[in-house]
Amino acid sequence: MSGDNLQEIRKLIARKNVWDRIFAAIGLLSMLVGIVTLLALIIDLCSDGLPRLSWQFLTSFPSYKPEQAGILSAWVGTTLVMLLTAIAAIPLGVAAAIYLEEYAQKNWIADLIEINVTNLAGVPSIIYGLLALGLFVYKLNLGESIMAAGLTLALLILPIVIVTTRESIRAIPNIIREAAYALGASKWQMIWDHVLPYSIGGIMTGVIVGLSRAIGETAPIITIGALTFIAFLPDSPIKNEFPYISFSWLMSPFTVMPIQMFNWVSSPEPEFQVNAAAAGIVLILMTLAMNSLAIYLRYRFRKNIKW
Amino acid sequence: MVEKTTNSMSESIAVKPKAEVNNLNFYYGSVQVLKNINLALASKRVTALIGPSGCGKTTLLRCFNRMHDLYPGNRYEGEIILDTDGINILSRRVDPIEVRMRISMVFQKPNPFPKSIYENVAYGLRVRNESRRNVIDEKVEKALRGAALWDEVKDRLKDQAYNLSGGQQQRLCIARSLATEPEIILFDEPTSAIDPIATMSIEELIEDLTQQVTILIVTHSMQQAARVSEFTAFMYMGEIVEFDDTKTIFTNPSKKQTEDYVKGKFG
Repeated sequence: MSGDNLQEIRKLIARKNVWDRIFAAIGLLSMLVGIVTLLALIIDLCSDGLPRLSWQFLTSFPSYKPEQAGILSAWVGTTLVMLLTAIAAIPLGVAAAIYLEEYAQKNWIADLIEINVTNLAGVPSIIYGLLALGLFVYKLNLGESIMAAGLTLALLILPIVIVTTRESIRAIPNIIREAAYALGASKWQMIWDHVLPYSIGGIMTGVIVGLSRAIGETAPIITIGALTFIAFLPDSPIKNEFPYISFSWLMSPFTVMPIQMFNWVSSPEPEFQVNAAAAGIVLILMTLAMNSLAIYLRYRFRKNIKW
Repeated sequence: MVEKTTNSMSESIAVKPKAEVNNLNFYYGSVQVLKNINLALASKRVTALIGPSGCGKTTLLRCFNRMHDLYPGNRYEGEIILDTDGINILSRRVDPIEVRMRISMVFQKPNPFPKSIYENVAYGLRVRNESRRNVIDEKVEKALRGAALWDEVKDRLKDQAYNLSGGQQQRLCIARSLATEPEIILFDEPTSAIDPIATMSIEELIEDLTQQVTILIVTHSMQQAARVSEFTAFMYMGEIVEFDDTKTIFTNPSKKQTEDYVKGKFG
């Protein structure tokens, strides 16, 4: 190679290196914008709300006196609604995903369903609220109940559960399926003994990611008519006398954390703003706890799986 | 290409056949992949399928346990008769699950389940609804001994199968396919993904297995076919070009194509 040529190449490389550095700087900046904003928000929330957080705050009903108000009915409502959402969304979503991955023929109808399930994940949540208002609240006469809210949020996260379940099912190598079939397993045995156990980590992660989204949803819950002020708890699911379990809590009116927050934020008294910040911290902690659980479960179940 | 010689060759096999393939044609959709296959598997002997990539040897092997039924658009014509009871395993009336319970398979890449060593071997028994602990224990031990793995794993049966080395994993897969006492074991290039020393132990194992079971093996390596098999079929473009004693195939083949292949002129 001639000297001139070598010079040219070195200059070219130097120019490319400059671009590399420029891009790295831009990337770092963009990342910082996101992280710093988020941190600022959380710090602001904490400085407003942390002093207000107390046992009394967690165990009191809302009140017109800001210093006596609490989030008892809100977090109980959120917990119960989430429970119902999980109970409804897990079997429906997992069964749908198994059907789509393992049973459905791969043709244009399957493709169409696939595209639409993915699209459903992007439908604005208020639309789910409207659907639920018409279907659950009026048609099925569930009223403004925990049941209606749980089913609505279950619908909302169903696409997330289906998509993540399908992905973790798809990650199972085909030779594992063939190994099971080659030993004489039926399709259902193969799914029950292999597909489900090996994808359970991914399924749980999907469910929890879905629930973390649902826990902050306000619009669909307001649409179906959750109360903004509620000073009693739903009927207890566990009873002292036979049959010990009661389902009447399902039909009980309720409120949830984001609605409680919204209610306080829209109030003019600054003390209520502090309450909203404190409730925000609790909500963030609930979400963080669920996400950590998802990470732990994924780690736990994937430990013995190498693909 | 396959003339009547193939048939007369198989008839010349002195050993009683375990399975006979008669005029087998196989189609992926409208593409014919196997053409007029005739073959006999000698009972408790090793039969090898050799040939260049894409010649259809794995496709033929996977007809024996109806693996092609798992995917849409496949079609068999002709028959494979199991001489134990004369059923045609390709028949629509025969459930593929029955076929797979009688004919087991070892795959190209070791594919243990992400479960314990014990559970891997026991799975075939569990599929057959065997729940008696002592029976499973006994059969798992027998299968692991049969696969020459028992001494290495007897103290850690509860360990994950993935902690074994590649060669051990493949022997575990062999144990898994032995545990249910199949009539035929199909080997699909069982040593192509493992190292030479592990390959040697698996080849020895295959020879030992002929005490109890009929074996059909697909192999990329002609040397391997020469080492482990008693009969060899040379396949090319979806047809069996020549089927004979392994020794004859490698020293004195009757077809020019076979000779070119075993001498390494193509493939």
